[in-house]
Amino acid sequence: MNSHVVILGAGHAGGTAAALLRQYGFEGPITLIGEEPIPPYQRPPLSKAWLKGEADADSLALKPLEFYADHNIDFRPNIRGVALDRAAKTVSLSDGSSVSYDSLIIATGARAIALPIAGADLDGVMFLRTAADAELLKSTVGPGKRLAVVGGGYIGLEVAASGRALGAEVVVLERESRLLARVACEALSTFFKAYHEKHGVTFELGASVTGFVGEGGHVTGVTLADGRTMACDAVVVGVGATPNDEIATAAGLETARGVVVDLEARTSDPAIFAIGDVAHRPMPIYDRMFRMESVPNALEQAKQAASAITGRAAPAGEVPWQWSDQYDLKLQIAGYPFDTDEVLVRGDPASGKFSVFHLKGDLVQAVEAINSPPDFMMGKQLILGRRPVSKARLADPSISMKEVAA
Amino acid sequence: MAKITYIEHAGTEHTVDVKPGLSVMEGAVKNNVPGIDADCGGACACATCHVYVDAAWQEKTGKSSAMEESMLDFAENVEPNSRLSCQIKVTDELDGLVVRLPENQH
Repeated sequence: MNSHVVILGAGHAGGTAAALLRQYGFEGPITLIGEEPIPPYQRPPLSKAWLKGEADADSLALKPLEFYADHNIDFRPNIRGVALDRAAKTVSLSDGSSVSYDSLIIATGARAIALPIAGADLDGVMFLRTAADAELLKSTVGPGKRLAVVGGGYIGLEVAASGRALGAEVVVLERESRLLARVACEALSTFFKAYHEKHGVTFELGASVTGFVGEGGHVTGVTLADGRTMACDAVVVGVGATPNDEIATAAGLETARGVVVDLEARTSDPAIFAIGDVAHRPMPIYDRMFRMESVPNALEQAKQAASAITGRAAPAGEVPWQWSDQYDLKLQIAGYPFDTDEVLVRGDPASGKFSVFHLKGDLVQAVEAINSPPDFMMGKQLILGRRPVSKARLADPSISMKEVAA
Repeated sequence: MAKITYIEHAGTEHTVDVKPGLSVMEGAVKNNVPGIDADCGGACACATCHVYVDAAWQEKTGKSSAMEESMLDFAENVEPNSRLSCQIKVTDELDGLVVRLPENQH
């Protein structure tokens, strides 16, 4: 228990792993290496409460800065790993130094995908991944400003909602014919589009962005394939993320759009773990492996790695889940709609309170719940328990979820 | 600062100083008190910051919102004094607050 644990990446996953190692009684040295200037913080509020000015930097931080020194965690900001020597068990760092490990946790996360188009480097063309990104966006967006959001996924929609709350005009440009095309069913896409329109957001679906134009180095418009230019003062590009797995690939670890790990978050090298957005992990309830970008996933894998390193029993199996807040809507999603043959809507979308169940036969595989915590909470239990349900009862909102599951 | 005591299910007590304005959940998480997972960071979306509020403090900690009620309704081992600690704002009035933690958070 006195070996040296090095954690590459000080995001939600890396920061949580460091804290859990101490909670679990690990007494050896811990080095936490982060690319950003600040200690680990929560990213989800960046597009929501923080952007709207309802949360400050202190409340974003996972732990206060002094926590790390107090717990003998050597937190090293502004630095990243550049190469991994598995035979020597050392990591070369961007400042020219190197660090030796007994156990290494790769928690390097994912980065926003950049559009390879003209003008993408203009000032005012932004991403939303880091606190610095969010700071820049917040200082740019305000009453009377025109914000163009490229990508109608969850990040894009959350930014659109926050942009409206800050008084900006917002247009969302989506390449597909509907919003949330990769991550949600059509019923949800339709609902979100209408809800955002009611709040003044305009949409261009099937819109292919071909470039950005600017004046004096600052963006002034987005050009579309149909020849139009949408005038704007700022752009947020939210078209997905790609895992920062290059250091693992170069070191010969098994990767597959993410670093391949087992249920202990261990990679093909037993001394190395990978957790969070960068990991390609098994998910037993779906009998497959995939990569997830969510806080609950980062926390779960931090638990797995910290448990394995300290010899604790692995955490019990989980149902992956995530959430999104837009306006007064709380969206809670449990599971992923793998192998499903039916989509069932419970409740009336027009009421602003409904949920979408994704079924495989009479088993619930996933649920997307809008302002319906019971559907989410019970849905999560049904997914984990693999208990068959009556579709007729599930579709009837006058029958409570407890009765449906009974 | 308000002193808050968190008592783990197995009985271990943690008394920490929490800045008014933070939530009872944040007081635990920022001080690395085990037993409060707070997966969603305080968005009232997960019910993994469930606590039992000591009887003497129930009035001062206030009532839960409809959203909190409906999340708690599906948590494990819920008691009449159950709360989601992310929904309890710390004030000077809560100096001395004692909360107990459930066996696990789901």
